[in-house]
Amino acid sequence: MKAIISFIAVLILAAIAYVGVDVLNMQYMFGVVIPYLAVAIFVIFMIVRILRWGSSPNPFRIPTTCGQQKSFPWIKHSRLENPSGVLGVMGRMALEVLFFRSLFRNLKTQLRDDSQLTYGEAKWLWAAGLAFHWSFLIILVRHLRFFTQQVPAAVQLVEMLDSFLQIGIPLLYMTDVVLLGAVTYLFLRRIAIPQMRYLSLMNDYFPLFLIFGIGLSGVLMRYFIKTDIVSVKMLTMSLVGFSPSIPQNPLGVIFYIHLFLICTLFAYFPFSKLVHMAGVFMSPTRVLANTSRVKRHINPWNYPVHVHTYAEYEDDFRDKMKNAGLPVEKE
Amino acid sequence: MKLYDGGKILIGLMVFVGIATFPFYYNIGKVDTKPELKTDTPAIQAWEKQYGKKECVESKEYMRSEHMQLLNNWRDSVVRDMNRQYVSMTSGKKFNMSLQNGCLNCHSNKKQFCDQCHNYMAVKPYCFDCHIQPMEKEENKS
Repeated sequence: MKAIISFIAVLILAAIAYVGVDVLNMQYMFGVVIPYLAVAIFVIFMIVRILRWGSSPNPFRIPTTCGQQKSFPWIKHSRLENPSGVLGVMGRMALEVLFFRSLFRNLKTQLRDDSQLTYGEAKWLWAAGLAFHWSFLIILVRHLRFFTQQVPAAVQLVEMLDSFLQIGIPLLYMTDVVLLGAVTYLFLRRIAIPQMRYLSLMNDYFPLFLIFGIGLSGVLMRYFIKTDIVSVKMLTMSLVGFSPSIPQNPLGVIFYIHLFLICTLFAYFPFSKLVHMAGVFMSPTRVLANTSRVKRHINPWNYPVHVHTYAEYEDDFRDKMKNAGLPVEKE
Repeated sequence: MKLYDGGKILIGLMVFVGIATFPFYYNIGKVDTKPELKTDTPAIQAWEKQYGKKECVESKEYMRSEHMQLLNNWRDSVVRDMNRQYVSMTSGKKFNMSLQNGCLNCHSNKKQFCDQCHNYMAVKPYCFDCHIQPMEKEENKS
């Protein structure tokens, strides 16, 4: 049900773009105003979100550790599993962000013969997640050819490698296939596994459908319902040059649908779970070095406690104590 | 608002903003080379004189978005089926399926025709991996 509502929501978004451009002729709205708004919302609210996270103190070191802490020189220190400094954390984060190391450890637990608990490999989520994220990154980089005059050589190289197989015309991008396949898998996983279906929310399904819609509209535009790509670049270049103008040759409505779905993604990004893009760098269990013992960490919300020491107590009551025959430390 | 580990967070934020706004500053100072296609080669002018208008094998809009597909089909048709005759869907005229003797006969100015959009979009078609590039006069290069 949640999946169906999410699916309908994406359909409605596509329909809004279709009606807005094809019926109401609001090219400027969908081609200029909304993209600018979406990018502004994305950048500003990502910053707001990060600053808000940054303003909450993390008084204690709480990294998840799965290796030997730095100790005596003759005890082997596990630098990546239990980093003791910036370098270790950077190595750990690089492996986490680029290769999803912690997800690689994903296990499947099962009761065998109703009595024996067994653990098995469960790499599919890791594989599909990795495929999805890398494809998305490559697709994003590839799209820079629409946003740069004299396209950087690195972007051209990525594109060349992506279309390396030279299948069909226009050349098939491998990442297009991988992205749609991976998103489909990630969706089916939520539907097919009962526990996952129970856990899944609207805001799990919606981004999946949205990204699938973006991928599908992009694939349609590149291989099937083609649009005037040179005019598309004229529009995008006018946008990044802050002199927006809708090109004279009409752009296909499929382009506006693609663009509107992307704008939705951008605007939705900082408020959704997708913000894990920034969050992964802000999660204390990952980015903190394990310095619990090396350094003293003071809780910043410790309020000043009024302390009455024994010396002060004695000062207050010395005479009375002496009279009562009690021993005092200072005469 | 107090930031904890503020220095690191600000570095991260600067990296984020730098990447997110990359297209906005990358193009500053770069010339906006919008493609300008020239269709005034002698062969096209001769065609215009003979038929009264400029026309390609199909309509301009069709050629704009589908020419690569068309060329691909032509190649398959010629190489695999030995069929070199193309009947236009728009005008019904018959054309010789050939890149060098057909397309490039009229569009002999590759630099001012093909390359204009391809360079703009950073597209590198592999036509001329096999085919010979048309000889262009010096004056066309300017």
